[in-house]
Amino acid sequence: MASISGAIFYVFIFLTVYIQVFLLVTFLENRKKIVIRKGPTKLSRYRGVTIIVPCWNEEKTIYHTVRSILDLNYPQNKLKIILVDDGSTDGTWNAIKKFDKYSNIKVFKKENGGKHTALNLGLENTDTPFVGCLDADSFADKESLVRIMSYFEVDEEVMAVAPSLIVHNSKTFVQNAQKVEYYMSVYIKKMLGTIGAIHVTPGPLTIFRKKVFDDLGPYRSAHTTEDMEIAYRMQKNHYKIEHCNDAYVYTNTPSTIKTLFKQRLRWIYGFINNTIDYRDVIWKKKYGDFSFFTLPAGVLAIFSVSYAFGKVVYSAIDFIYSKILKFQTVGFQPNHVTNNFDLFFINTQSFIFIVMIIYALLVFSIIMGRRMVEGKWNLSFDIIYYISIFSVIAPFWLLKAIFNTVTSKKPAWR
Amino acid sequence: MQKNHIDWRKYVIVFLITLMLFLSASYVSNYFGNKKIIQLKSIQDQIAIDILSSETQFSLLSELSCKNISDSVLSRELSELGGKLEWGQENLGETDEVSYLKKYYSLLQIKDYLLMKKISERCKVKSAFILYFYTTAENCSLCEKEGLVLTALRNKYPELRVYSFDYSTDLSAVKAMLDIYKIEDTKLPALVIDGDLLTGFQSTEELEARVKASFKLQEIDISNDTTSTKN
Repeated sequence: MASISGAIFYVFIFLTVYIQVFLLVTFLENRKKIVIRKGPTKLSRYRGVTIIVPCWNEEKTIYHTVRSILDLNYPQNKLKIILVDDGSTDGTWNAIKKFDKYSNIKVFKKENGGKHTALNLGLENTDTPFVGCLDADSFADKESLVRIMSYFEVDEEVMAVAPSLIVHNSKTFVQNAQKVEYYMSVYIKKMLGTIGAIHVTPGPLTIFRKKVFDDLGPYRSAHTTEDMEIAYRMQKNHYKIEHCNDAYVYTNTPSTIKTLFKQRLRWIYGFINNTIDYRDVIWKKKYGDFSFFTLPAGVLAIFSVSYAFGKVVYSAIDFIYSKILKFQTVGFQPNHVTNNFDLFFINTQSFIFIVMIIYALLVFSIIMGRRMVEGKWNLSFDIIYYISIFSVIAPFWLLKAIFNTVTSKKPAWR
Repeated sequence: MQKNHIDWRKYVIVFLITLMLFLSASYVSNYFGNKKIIQLKSIQDQIAIDILSSETQFSLLSELSCKNISDSVLSRELSELGGKLEWGQENLGETDEVSYLKKYYSLLQIKDYLLMKKISERCKVKSAFILYFYTTAENCSLCEKEGLVLTALRNKYPELRVYSFDYSTDLSAVKAMLDIYKIEDTKLPALVIDGDLLTGFQSTEELEARVKASFKLQEIDISNDTTSTKN
């Protein structure tokens, strides 16, 4: 039994290293193509873009979000904004009504029906060849749109371009941990982008060719992760998705463990259920690396983290049991530890070195992600927050998401 | 339309790199594992020399040398070695080298036991001996408990010497002990104290009483000897 468990452990750990090495090799292949532009970017032709902002109780942030769109380095006559109030119960409607005076802004109010319905209302009113969304808790960098649009200019095949998401105004240690995680996501997304295997086109400012929705239909509810489902649908139909690493969008992130847990539960639940819905895409040569790398890697992450968690819990119970047994047998005994530390007792089993390799590759991806965003070599202490918070809590939202999937319980938005 | 092509060569290269990383990790692990085995071997050799030296010293000199001989107490080193071996068995795996070291260790324990028994008899050193037989071949939770009791007792009474033997040790000297004390693998853990065989789990209280009795026995012997000398 112990040997089976040991074999499973080594298979998981082997595949985990495989995924990281795969990303590293992809990075080494493409490192010269990754550029970070400084200063204003110019396009040879500015095409019409509509940005839809779905809002649900966002009165506090909506003003800054819309302002960030109006301030974009993009000709105002080529830029249209659609603000949709999805049945807010706070002062969101009053806040967005003030923007009605702008000729390029349209405002709508509808009954609450979920984010995808707000986006679809926006899509119905879009008449430009490009369309995107900006979540009302995010702010676009001045250069973001023009840099994204440059990808469409270079490659006619590109159907969607996702920006780099950066944690806005991080204050709590939970946010600092996410800051590091978002850098790592930039690295992963960029690598997936280069091999045409991106599985999510995030709400904050991913720009699509309008043709995508004309051909494939509007957004779907998709287990409250419509931005993931549309990416899956695009991959299934061989529509190319790119990642623009130097287009920055600042996003508000959960500030507490509780809100982070809710958000991640929704994401993982969405991943599991969209992957189940699109299971016919896995292991099919015609769907490329999306089918052979992205989806299997995600599924593996869920299984291996759950397994590792089970192993940790088992060891913890075993440890407590041995302490109880000791107490029952001989009562309380002070530990007779020899004062001189003996190097002999340092664990030198091979998995220790493999775990060290995994952590080294993880730190590398964080450093490279940050470099792709800021162009600087940097390593901050936030990495410690990230590793400690995520390694302790991530197994819980993973297991909860699996549990919810099994019991068909949909997680709430907030 | 995106033309999806899979670069299989890359998948193979990544596999080979990952394999290489694994083999390197295993090489480094083996390197340290071997260093530990070498360390264990050298501790054992040192103990073997010490025992041999004490034995020789004991044979060479008469009873007068009791003062010197009682200094060469080896049990601490032997129990430290025992601890390291146990750890090695769990973390380095049941390799041939570890089982060889375990046999060697059992032999050293028997030699130490015989020598210390002689010393304590002749030099009247206060001591008690427990031979402890356990098994690792099957899950023996009582052995685990007995081990805890013995460790606690040894910490309480430094004069108590516990020699532990794995029932499945493939060594004629250990087998001889099993024969002498009629130890059966179905009745483990088993303990031998002052020639008495105790099978099954013995609680701290029971064993402590036995150990104290063993000390008392010696005190009587010592006082008898002193009286006879006076006469």
